[in-house]
Amino acid sequence: MAVETDKLILRVAEVMIDELKLEDVTPATFSPELDLVDEVGIDSMDLATVALVLQDEYGIRIDEDDYPKLTTIRLIAEYLENKMQLKS
Amino acid sequence: MKTVSSLLNQEWYERYKRISRLNIRSSIYDVTNRCNLRCQGCFFFSSGEDKAAPEETDIRKWETFIDKEKERGVNLAILIGGEPTLCLDRVEAFYKRLPSFCATNGLIKLPRDRFPDLMVGISLWGDEDDEKALRGKDTFSISSKNYEGDPNTYYLYTITPRQIDRTERIIKKIQDVGLKAHLQLLSNDENADGFSWREEEFRDIRDEMDAMLDTYPKTLISSKYYHKVITTGTMMGRPFGWNECPSVTEYFDNRNPRPKRLIHFVRWASDLKTMHRCCTSETRDCTTCKDGAAHMSWVMVNKRAHIRTPQDLQGWIEVYEMFAKLYQFIPW
Repeated sequence: MAVETDKLILRVAEVMIDELKLEDVTPATFSPELDLVDEVGIDSMDLATVALVLQDEYGIRIDEDDYPKLTTIRLIAEYLENKMQLKS
Repeated sequence: MKTVSSLLNQEWYERYKRISRLNIRSSIYDVTNRCNLRCQGCFFFSSGEDKAAPEETDIRKWETFIDKEKERGVNLAILIGGEPTLCLDRVEAFYKRLPSFCATNGLIKLPRDRFPDLMVGISLWGDEDDEKALRGKDTFSISSKNYEGDPNTYYLYTITPRQIDRTERIIKKIQDVGLKAHLQLLSNDENADGFSWREEEFRDIRDEMDAMLDTYPKTLISSKYYHKVITTGTMMGRPFGWNECPSVTEYFDNRNPRPKRLIHFVRWASDLKTMHRCCTSETRDCTTCKDGAAHMSWVMVNKRAHIRTPQDLQGWIEVYEMFAKLYQFIPW
């Protein structure tokens, strides 16, 4: 499980960096605990952009009502993991 | 990667955190097609939007519609028109269901026993002479009596080119009746003679707006960064216009690439079915549009672009705080 989560964390970081064109950071250096709103300045439109890519890739739905909970890359990865488990 | 806390001291960081999770989702509603004024330069009438759709008159349909808007995620209803106070039952339907803001010319006093804390923005176009020239009467003499000392009311003071070197007297008049003011610039939608801006006048009025904010910080709800953006029509070196405007109705937004925009924003006509293209009229030239709310929103939706220097990010915070105060998300 931990391995899967780690992989997901890296992938979420990669999508976030690519889609939001974040500079001076790589998936490996993007702290999974960094607060995306308070520190990175992500807003709900940013999150919607990232969510679209992740939804397509993992075949799950990320509800807009859940956005306020998705405040770190780790929380997003765990959310994806839970959704995929529910699906299977 | 630059982070918010790396650019701000503790005081600014606390201010940032106070607004960073507000997630304001606004939409605009034409409450009625009628008005008790016909102002030269009013985008609603000059573009024929008053005839775009017949008014829905069944209050139950308004109530059902507003409930659906709430389900759609709207958490700020901006009520315009026409003159919303001509239809208080509709204003009340919004007020009881959603955080709301009512734009008015102030000629009719909103009964505070029915709307105790509804935020009211009174339109004011220049000084007494400008008002008579453009609106047919000096509305301030009436609106200031109707709303004197009201803690939930402010003036939307639209500055005209004729107001250069003359804004202080008006701001002082507003202060003297115990109200606050937000500054806007006239877009002159009907090309009224003598009311179009020349480029050098924008520089002059920006300096004056900054000076007024320094002199009347408790009366003016404004920010110098907002003054810069609205007078220059640029932000971070990017010009305002159709390709950048955040206040386009979501269902009409076919721009590619899609700019940062207000999520779920719609401007609804009073039949509750028809949508307008944007927060003003589609007959307006976007490159010269001076809509204050659109420019504020433009800054607000481009947060990450401002996570560059302490000054840029502080400018963004001040604009967001200004918007949040004007629409009651945070106190004055």
